[in-house]
Amino acid sequence: MSEGIGARVLRKEDKRFLLGKGRYTDDIVEPNQAYAAFVRSPHAHATIKSIDSAAASAMEGVEGVLTGPELVADGIGNIICGWGVTSKDGTPMNMGAWSALATEKVRYVGDAVAIVVADSPAAAKLAAEAVVVDYDVLPVVVNSVDALEAGAPEIHENAPGNLIFDWEIGNQEPTEAALASAEHIVELDIVNNRLAPNPMEPRAAIATFNEAEDHYTLYTTSQNPHVARLVLSAFYNVAPEHKLRVIAPDVGGGFGSKIYIYPEEIACLWASMKTNRSVKWTSDRTEAFLTDAHGRDHVTTAKMGFDKNHKIVGLRVNTKANLGAYMSLFSSATPTYLYATLLSGQYNIENVYADVQGVYTNTVPVDAYRGAGRPEASYVMERMMETAARQLGVDPAELRAKNFVKEFPHQTPVIMAYDSGDFKANQDQAMKAADYKGFEKRRKEAAKRGKLRGIGFSNYIEACGIAPSAAVGSLGAGVGLWESAEVRVNPVGTIEILTGSHSHGQGHETTFAQLVSERLDLPTDNIQIVHGDTDKVQFGMGTYGSRSGAVGMSAISKALDKVEAKVKKIGAHVLEASEDDIVIEGGAVKVKGTDKQMLWHEVGLAAYTAHNIPEGMEPGLKESAFYDPSNFTFPAGCYICEVEVDPETGTTDIVQFVASDDFGTIINPMIVEGQVHGGLAQGIGQAMLEGVVYDDDGQQLSASYMDYTMPRADDLPMYKVMHQSTECPGNPLGMKGCGEAGAIGSPPAVINAITDAIGNNNLAMPATPSAVWAALQEVSAKTAAE
Amino acid sequence: MTKIAMNVNGKAVSREVPDNTLLVEYIREHLRLTGTHVGCDTSQCGACVVHVDGKAMKSCTMLAAAAEGATVTTVEGLAASKDELHPMQIAFKDNHGLQCGFCTPGMIMSATDMVERYQAEGKELTEEAIRHELEGNICRCTGYHNIVKSIQDGASKMTNA
Amino acid sequence: MYTTKYHKASDAANAASLLSGAQDGKILAGGQTLVPTMKQRLAAPSDLVDISGIDALRGITVTARKKLGVLKAKDGATITIGAATTHAEVAGNADLAKACPVICGLAGEIGDPAVRHRGTIGGSVANNDPAADYPAALMALGATITTNQRSISADDFFTGLFATALNDGEIITEISFQAPAEGGYGKFPSPASRYAMVGVFAAKSIDGDVRVAVTGAGDDGVFRHAGLEAALASNWSADAVSGVDVSADGLMSDIHGNAAYRANLIGVMAKKAVSA
Repeated sequence: MSEGIGARVLRKEDKRFLLGKGRYTDDIVEPNQAYAAFVRSPHAHATIKSIDSAAASAMEGVEGVLTGPELVADGIGNIICGWGVTSKDGTPMNMGAWSALATEKVRYVGDAVAIVVADSPAAAKLAAEAVVVDYDVLPVVVNSVDALEAGAPEIHENAPGNLIFDWEIGNQEPTEAALASAEHIVELDIVNNRLAPNPMEPRAAIATFNEAEDHYTLYTTSQNPHVARLVLSAFYNVAPEHKLRVIAPDVGGGFGSKIYIYPEEIACLWASMKTNRSVKWTSDRTEAFLTDAHGRDHVTTAKMGFDKNHKIVGLRVNTKANLGAYMSLFSSATPTYLYATLLSGQYNIENVYADVQGVYTNTVPVDAYRGAGRPEASYVMERMMETAARQLGVDPAELRAKNFVKEFPHQTPVIMAYDSGDFKANQDQAMKAADYKGFEKRRKEAAKRGKLRGIGFSNYIEACGIAPSAAVGSLGAGVGLWESAEVRVNPVGTIEILTGSHSHGQGHETTFAQLVSERLDLPTDNIQIVHGDTDKVQFGMGTYGSRSGAVGMSAISKALDKVEAKVKKIGAHVLEASEDDIVIEGGAVKVKGTDKQMLWHEVGLAAYTAHNIPEGMEPGLKESAFYDPSNFTFPAGCYICEVEVDPETGTTDIVQFVASDDFGTIINPMIVEGQVHGGLAQGIGQAMLEGVVYDDDGQQLSASYMDYTMPRADDLPMYKVMHQSTECPGNPLGMKGCGEAGAIGSPPAVINAITDAIGNNNLAMPATPSAVWAALQEVSAKTAAE
Repeated sequence: MTKIAMNVNGKAVSREVPDNTLLVEYIREHLRLTGTHVGCDTSQCGACVVHVDGKAMKSCTMLAAAAEGATVTTVEGLAASKDELHPMQIAFKDNHGLQCGFCTPGMIMSATDMVERYQAEGKELTEEAIRHELEGNICRCTGYHNIVKSIQDGASKMTNA
Repeated sequence: MYTTKYHKASDAANAASLLSGAQDGKILAGGQTLVPTMKQRLAAPSDLVDISGIDALRGITVTARKKLGVLKAKDGATITIGAATTHAEVAGNADLAKACPVICGLAGEIGDPAVRHRGTIGGSVANNDPAADYPAALMALGATITTNQRSISADDFFTGLFATALNDGEIITEISFQAPAEGGYGKFPSPASRYAMVGVFAAKSIDGDVRVAVTGAGDDGVFRHAGLEAALASNWSADAVSGVDVSADGLMSDIHGNAAYRANLIGVMAKKAVSA
């Protein structure tokens, strides 16, 4: 059927957005709504001597000024990290306390000290400015390397030397031995730049306490409302789960930053109870830079050994991961299990060893941002491979191909068991599309125009659909990572799918309906997707880590199995046939080889009237399923970037970007391509434009779009996106996931291309015009010296 | 407080608002037309773009008082009806030019403005021109590829409409 | 933003009187810089006097120079632009495009289309943002800034970062200059803000005077570059620029580029300006 799996179905959700009828959190107004503003620390590190809120509290329209000590006195719990990481020496990670409102100390600029509730946003802001906080300013450290130095300012008492964990993975001794006896050694110092996620919708929350029912409702910009409810009730004691409804309505992008349960939501819920008003808070963009979890920020050294045939014999990686001032929800997992487990790349490497130090600094907490650990891993692997090819004097594509994993399943030395893939097929497809053979000719032609042309590869692999629950539990995860779904067939035959996945741009309302359409042969117009409300959907783990297809849709598929089974029983009973002869097609339940059939709405009606269903069968037609995957999925691909650099200004133009991905089964190619486009833009943004910059006092120098370079239309090319897929054996649909690949695979391709163009491998991200120009000056200086 | 009157989406409206009310606040909070969004505070993201007297402007960078007597069109006022979308809205749907939808109203208002200006001047709206014209509209989801295609398609749909 | 009192001025005199009656009043034209500054709570004027609706302050006149000897009619036209004229109006003015296309091109690159529909030349000049485009143009063109009180030469007008010769209560009414015989503007936008990281405006008057002004790069705002002026006075060409050693002294360093990079860009953008 034309709307099933593989069809380019236009999106069902578009209309409301196009008409301006989307319903985002800030669009909602509750009766008796008040507005919150936060008093935030202007210092990166200080002790709070006193807070004087008397003047603010007396201001017109102010409902209340609430502070940390009151919050703690009311039993509101500290913010948790959902994944415990164990250090090399067997000790648990050293986690410092994080109160939603600071009590004794502030640890980064923007740390919330008090919440002000007032009749208008303007009154709340004015009053927030009138709260007088007396600080004793302490020394500051903003980067992970400095924070680990002896004598660095200590940020949390229980994390001596600012070390949260010193974790390892892989086989250390064999790796060292392999490197010691390697024919060729390639070494590289690598910085993965710190990024601000910047979904276009800033975070917002509206909390409403219903005094009569002792019940709370929270509208919030969340990627996972059920997880938010669980954590808010089980750990923060805001309200018991059955007395708290969390709704994530239309959400304007997340990219990871809306996974976490931030101080603001907790404070709004609590303040709603304290003031008996609905409390709304909407972040502005500057506040977003100061408080939304940042991403990346790794400092890495890597050493790779090759034998005389250019086969990789070992890889040793050390990474210092800046986790900011507090441990955010998945902050410990991101630079460990989501990062170092991918340090075998697409390659057959017997010996890999990595250790990672998680470090506190006086900066915004760092957590998963689109790709979460895997972009950092692919950047290490693919910069190393390109550098190796240059040092060995061989073609970068051939060096990679020589080392590819070719047989599946493949167990790497760093936990992962790759289940499927054909890396050579993706590489061949990309090279053909990029006309790799014709590159040297294009380079010469560009040189005539005074431009430096370069080409770079990235053969990334990543892990999605993080799972299975028991396995991640054994590695320290605090939650199971399954997904749930419910399929409701209404008496008139229309269908509602309730899913624990959350769509904030991914198009679930369309793709999930396509799956149902494929299975039941019904038009997608008759299928509605319900998500984002804990009162409607049974439970769910939400959307992140490219999991909604492989895990979320697999749960729907499981529930559909049950619906189909029941429908066949009803059909067999009513049509007086054997269950084995019943088929579901063309919007009807039919007896194979006859003209006997029940139309789909007749089946629904039969189930709900229950006048004529098999004896002992329960009436109704509604099934649910919880799906727990058996393994991660492994999207992979080959990206080729071609650039031209203007040597006079250092400006880089991407003249061609080819992406060949293996995502397994593709439900809607249009949407998948869109996901890749967006991921590529964020990856190219990381490579060439974006970077959070702190000064030595811990002030962000890049806290607005005046200084943080968001990728704009004229920074980016048209992308050539294509697929070459192998089916994932790990889930019923064969899906691997596509949401993050673009952001994971593209940064190394861009930097490999620019460094190829300018003839200097010493170039850090973001490769801004001034950075590229400086790297070119190094080349000129070196040439002049020789 | 000042009484500010204007015509919004074909309707005469009037509200008594504080002098420091931004046009976007007037539209969102006072008229409750929430299709116009706020995505930054430095006049760069363009989620707030509306048409004031037929020209694209950033409603977050303009006082409501300065629009006294003006004719304002927001994204809600673009389609003839819910079943008869503006050609640019159709083009965004046909070309998957939106994902989370938050920047979309501003994108569409900027897109229709640029097409009208280029058509009035008889200039060709090339891919390069579209990318350049979108300098004041930031999207984090689409990587712009499909937005550019949508505007190309929308331009031809508007010509033929 | 903080509370403020809004006034709509009927003419320049009315604006001046409203301003003098205010405790800490400010002129509001397009507001494309002032409104964001107020939103960030970095400015809190007690009163705003809106001059954007004053027709007398809007519009562009191009007065051709009388034919004298061999001079072509288009050379040396006197151009007057009302202070409340928007960037889009300057960019799209057909007469101006014939008489002085470089100024149209410059206006068409300020901000983005929505900003150009609202932002004005007077507002930009009065604000004297160190990365704004118009100050470089006015300085290189030897423009005159006319206010409700007097006329000020561009050389005397721009006095430092966000600083001008304007007195309290003084309102810019128009900008005038003579179209140059040669003129070009090379702009390298900052990747994030898209303001000029370096903008070089080079102009050769019909009398042969060469003036080169640089915006975006100076520690102290827009400035004239003597070295480039001397080189271009004897030879109006990119080659002449190549021979000039642009010093990094006094140039700005920030997260987008250091002084050395800006010095390099001044040379590159100067070449672009004279090659236009």
